Amino acid sequence: MTQFLQAIVSGLGQGSIYALVALGFVIIYKSTRVISFAQPALMITGSLFVVFLHDVIGFWPALLLAIIGTAGVAMTVERTTLRPMIGQPPFVVAIITIGVDIVLRVIQNRLIGTNLRFVGDPWGLQNFQVGELLINQRDVARLFTALLILALLSAFFRYSRFGLGMRAAAFDQETALAQGIDVGRVFMVSWALAGALAAVAGMFVDGGGGISQQTWIVALKALPAIIIGGLDSVNGAVIGGLAVGVVEALVASYQTEYFPWMGNGFAAVSPYVLLLVVLLVRPYGLFGTPEVERV
Amino acid sequence: MLFGGSGVGGRPELYTSYDADMALFNTRAKLWSVQGLVVLAALLPFVLADDLLVLLSRAFAFAVGAIGLNLVTGYAGQVSLGHAVFVGIGAFTAATLSGDPEARTLGFGLPMIVWLPAAALLPAAVGALVAPLATRLRGLYLAIVTLGLVFIGDHVFREADFITGGFGVGRPGVIASVFGISLTDNGPSMTGQQKTYWFALVMLVIVAILGRNIARTAVGRAFQAVRDRDIAAEVIGVELTKHKVLAFTVSSAFAGLAGALLYTITRQVVPETFNLVMSVQFIAIILIGGASTISGSIAGAVFLTVVLRFAEELSRFFSFIPSPGQQGGLLNTAQVSTILYGFLIVGFLLFEPRGLFGVWIRIRNYWKGWPFSY
Repeated sequence: MTQFLQAIVSGLGQGSIYALVALGFVIIYKSTRVISFAQPALMITGSLFVVFLHDVIGFWPALLLAIIGTAGVAMTVERTTLRPMIGQPPFVVAIITIGVDIVLRVIQNRLIGTNLRFVGDPWGLQNFQVGELLINQRDVARLFTALLILALLSAFFRYSRFGLGMRAAAFDQETALAQGIDVGRVFMVSWALAGALAAVAGMFVDGGGGISQQTWIVALKALPAIIIGGLDSVNGAVIGGLAVGVVEALVASYQTEYFPWMGNGFAAVSPYVLLLVVLLVRPYGLFGTPEVERV
Repeated sequence: MLFGGSGVGGRPELYTSYDADMALFNTRAKLWSVQGLVVLAALLPFVLADDLLVLLSRAFAFAVGAIGLNLVTGYAGQVSLGHAVFVGIGAFTAATLSGDPEARTLGFGLPMIVWLPAAALLPAAVGALVAPLATRLRGLYLAIVTLGLVFIGDHVFREADFITGGFGVGRPGVIASVFGISLTDNGPSMTGQQKTYWFALVMLVIVAILGRNIARTAVGRAFQAVRDRDIAAEVIGVELTKHKVLAFTVSSAFAGLAGALLYTITRQVVPETFNLVMSVQFIAIILIGGASTISGSIAGAVFLTVVLRFAEELSRFFSFIPSPGQQGGLLNTAQVSTILYGFLIVGFLLFEPRGLFGVWIRIRNYWKGWPFSY
């Protein structure tokens, strides 16, 4: 039982990172109908801001600058490469974001080099004991932040004037435009939000283990998360992210014992297996809106 | 029908039947230029240095795979980011069946007549298994699921180290020989590179003709109907499930052949090659070459390979790029070619979405309508 709960706790912590990145994916998808494969690069952009600034100006100001800076990078990407592509098939735009990701990551790998880089977060590897459970401070911080951000975002979409505009644009871009909503600004804000979320995820992704040239792969696990949750569901993204994290942790905890034939490191691919299973049962994810086909 | 536009009264573009319009070479210019290009390509080994031949052979292997991807993504409209997995399955099937039975990794020492069809059939079978997913999903959902395949494939290649040799180590490539003559080792009159190049060329020509024939016949038209509007296709009597499964199967078979070919050229197969980067490379090839064109797949593969090689040569001209293997500088050559590759994808999609094929169409129409080319 302890092993089970332990896996759940660390899974929720890791899943919060996926949830943060997944939220960015969903916000971009809802407003622009594009899946941005540039999210991994944005996440690492956030990490790098904190990595290089925390020694100079302290951790919290560095995090703030990382959020602003990554949002800026995201807005630039949107304005320069995505805006000219409006009206193109979503797949073509998705491939463009892959191109952007490739370019950004080359620059980032240059900055990371061969060393591990640390973000210097205040919780690091500290932990505390609850009964027999050993809980890492970072997992608590991650989960708390993810849920807080989800609450703030929901409130923003629900109660603010601009949030209403974003929901309208997500529903129908041209009608929203006709109602006087600046759809271009909606696109920009969506990317900025996604960038900011990616920066927070990028700060958390260190987790005491450091940032290396391979860390970007973590952001791709948000893809199973958004598909499981449904591409256009904000709550689904968080639930999907947490589910992916928990499944991964459970598999990591039990698989070597019960299913050794699946090989080492099966946990890393288990989200994708979960994805296949969920999609076979529900083709639009758990909370996604089924496309209505009109002939 | 193989030839069209035979010309009633010397008018080559007058088609008197549908068959003639849809023929493999529907204009005489196409017939002659294709024959000319093939002959030219076949003569290249006598002119070019061996390392350039290897480069071109790799381009041909990528073209074979790209034709496969173009059938499923370009013609049938089913986006697949999982192409690298099928290339990997083909490569390891061929390498295992042809491999040295005494070596560290599994090998059976079988002749080409066994491993070459197997390298197409096994990926095709796996493709057919995966295809039902495509009948449930569409668009970006499908793209992400096929992306998941890459990670699952990666895991399987990593774990099956008695076949793949394990990560970072790999296993020897495909051992290819025809009538007892090795295609890869230096012979008395020809170098291994020359023979491998011809092998790649022959494979490419066969696959290109197969691909073109699939694309221009009933199956290909059904693919395009599914791509353009699946509901409409279903209404006019195209069986959706059958054609989606068929598209994935054929494309995976071509991917497998590409894998076998690629690792006849490269003498060592490393399992981590078959990752997302390779899948994206195939997507880039068909987008740069021109989606839903066979000639575009070939042009894209050759163009991308040659341009990336050109990027490596840049170090001779710019002082801020160190030559390969040296430290320092602003960017090393691998980074330059990766950046260039990213810019090529973005640039082509922004400015010429039809790819190299579109560039060609523009040039052709300009001269076709000359002097009225406005």
